[in-house]
Amino acid sequence: MPSTASIERLAAILSSDRFLTQPEALSAYESDGLTAFRTRPLGVAIPETADEVIALVRACRDTGIPFVARGSGTSLSGGSLPVSGGIVIAMNRLNRILRLDPEDRVAVVEPGVINTQVTAAAAPFGLHYAPDPSSQSICTLGGNVAFNSGGAHCLKYGMTSNHVLGLKAVLATGEVVEWGGPGRERLGPDWCGLFTGHEGLFGVVLEITLQLLPRAECFHTVLAGYRTLEQAGDAVAAVIAAGLLPGALEIMDALALEAARAAVHAEYPPGCEAVLIVELEGPRETVAEERVRLESILAAGNPVAMRPARDAAERLAIWKGRKSAFSAVGRLSPDFIVQDGVVPRRRLGEALRRIAALSQESGLRIANVFHAGDGNLHPLILFDGRQPGALARAEAVAGSILKLCVEMGGSITGEHGIGVEKREFLTDLFSPDEVDVQKRIRAAFDPDGIANPGKMFPGTGAPALTHHGLHPLEREGVIFRE
Amino acid sequence: MSAPLRPQTLAELAEAVRSAARIVAVGAGTKPRLSAVEGTRLSTAGLTGLVEYEPEEFTFTARAGTPLRDLAVALAERGQYLPFDPPLVAAGATLGGAVASGLSGPGRYRFGGIRDFILGVRFVDGAGRLLRLGGKVVKNAAGFDVPKFLCGSLGRFGVIGEVTFKVFPRPVSALTLRLYAADPVERLKIIRALGRSRYEPEAVEGVPDHCDLWVRLAGPESALAALASEILTRFPGLREAGTEDPLEVLRELSWAAASDTWVKVPLSPDHSVAFTTELAALDGVSHQVGAGGSVGWIAIRESASVPAVRDLLERFGLEGMTVRGDAPLWWARRPRPAIESAVKLALDPCHRFPPLDS
Repeated sequence: MPSTASIERLAAILSSDRFLTQPEALSAYESDGLTAFRTRPLGVAIPETADEVIALVRACRDTGIPFVARGSGTSLSGGSLPVSGGIVIAMNRLNRILRLDPEDRVAVVEPGVINTQVTAAAAPFGLHYAPDPSSQSICTLGGNVAFNSGGAHCLKYGMTSNHVLGLKAVLATGEVVEWGGPGRERLGPDWCGLFTGHEGLFGVVLEITLQLLPRAECFHTVLAGYRTLEQAGDAVAAVIAAGLLPGALEIMDALALEAARAAVHAEYPPGCEAVLIVELEGPRETVAEERVRLESILAAGNPVAMRPARDAAERLAIWKGRKSAFSAVGRLSPDFIVQDGVVPRRRLGEALRRIAALSQESGLRIANVFHAGDGNLHPLILFDGRQPGALARAEAVAGSILKLCVEMGGSITGEHGIGVEKREFLTDLFSPDEVDVQKRIRAAFDPDGIANPGKMFPGTGAPALTHHGLHPLEREGVIFRE
Repeated sequence: MSAPLRPQTLAELAEAVRSAARIVAVGAGTKPRLSAVEGTRLSTAGLTGLVEYEPEEFTFTARAGTPLRDLAVALAERGQYLPFDPPLVAAGATLGGAVASGLSGPGRYRFGGIRDFILGVRFVDGAGRLLRLGGKVVKNAAGFDVPKFLCGSLGRFGVIGEVTFKVFPRPVSALTLRLYAADPVERLKIIRALGRSRYEPEAVEGVPDHCDLWVRLAGPESALAALASEILTRFPGLREAGTEDPLEVLRELSWAAASDTWVKVPLSPDHSVAFTTELAALDGVSHQVGAGGSVGWIAIRESASVPAVRDLLERFGLEGMTVRGDAPLWWARRPRPAIESAVKLALDPCHRFPPLDS
């Protein structure tokens, strides 16, 4: 444990009401969106300025006390799980949009700004910030940068990294760096690209320059119901083969539909076992032409029903059902684990059949909601944590799903990151040399291993897996696990 | 100079890197200044071909030495393309060279540059290890994003052997408008208006040594006609006639002479005004403003103009990189943070690859 003098040095940086050490105050920070893990930190620092963050990181460097930066704590991979004997740096008060430049379509924000606040600020100028993780109404951009968050529009628009133009950060060495800026082009290696997705292992981001995109003039959203999941998958393949580039392509299976019906009274065509949502966007003339093509492609796939949204309200209703599916599953089961794997799109059908087989073998129900456009699966494994061994069985199924994603040429995470949850699977994806080179890069940024230690790399001080049920905000349907 | 190393397989690539104390990777040599450094030359010319191409996945994997024009043909057969328009395709540029140089062309305006389409890489680090980072699927958050990092890395951190890219369906038709601008201020106004418009242009490019803009629209033919006529009622201009794509001179940098010194200068749109005003006043210098004012290209014909160009960049806080010609690699480079040397050392512990500053 660090000495009292060391802790006092950290505490002295902030006023006493912004350095929490009382057990009751710390308990709120013990866990994040991955509620199966819980660790009590030594203290929680609540800085209000970038200079305070820099001073905290430098004091951690000098005293060897590890730190974990945290935004809203929505990480689904346990990325912001505290480190025992370390502090949490709560970034929520660095929440100012420093500059919004509609002319050059750029926003400069502090890391505690909430994802949707950027689009809200940009909307009056006809602009938006594209990445839309499902927790976007609460997750912070600092967390989005740390984990390279995704969303429902990644095939066309990419992930967080594709929208970060510049960064200012304090590294674990105490060095403050600035890379990139408002321009779209740069020289030399892509430092912003390397930093985005660092999972908190390099340091703490202080300022983020984001690109804003013009909001599409026109959207056309179609919901198609199918008798089988496979038919829905085939429809996706047909849309892609036709050369269309929809903004979003999403599938929900029967169990997910049942949940959405129960939770938000979403209406789906009777008799369908799977629903496909396709959204086209662009100038009205382009959408008018493409919607005709889309509808003939979908009709050829023999859907039970096809429902184009006739207005903005109907479009919102379709998305509400989709975005609520995860918390809705909470109504079907006391607990669930959401997995985040990627398979090549052409192997979606095979992946889903194998997931169904795992469900049968384990006796655990699995709902599937996924970003079909980019092959990003989100199987929800339902279990009852009150039954002894149920969590372990669910974890085992989750692990098998990740392994099948790797085997099929995909990835163990599309958008949640490795964090604590998947670090034992890192070696399924990377050879020892490949893990080593990443450790070397990490050591360049953080030679003492004080920035979010115990994450991403396997076998480093595993916290106990315990069962704590749904995140309170998840129960209320504020945040969603995907 | 001895003949370059010429590995034929990725295993041979790793072996070649281990075989010499100083390694300089070269592709087709279309951007010669980037590899004009002392060391044993390692050519990727033997590492060619598509390894995997899955049109329905929107992805392909190819060896680093594959000429981009071969890839463009293979993609076009399946109605796909690399939307970021890597430059110098006709000149013979290779895929690995495109990644290492980090250069993108006019198409980067709509969906982003080369760094936005790279998904995975196999490369050899300074310890001579063949490593695979990133992945082969369009969405992936596992591990540090080394593939992105290597975009623009100029062979200073590793030698690229194989790359996986995301591709998009090629729009069914395209057309180019030329919009008139009397001066760079008016050009900036048009750039900004288009940036927030409903038109979703593919490219917004300055005409070389001129204030007019080329605006390229892509999509279904009937939609383009309507969009084009609306744009031309808002901004004076014309529709470029003929089947040739006028932007081809920009992709090939053929508006400049091969003997010129070519310098890439990242800009923000507001800098584009001074960039054009000042460069237009210099003798023996041509220039172009691209990607909606995000990048400037300078082509220096007469070396007497070099000090004036350097002075211009310094005054406006702009940095430059020489792609071709006999000039220092970096122009007006800002001080490098310590972490950049530390990461260089992490990937290249025995200084096998060229230093960052030359």
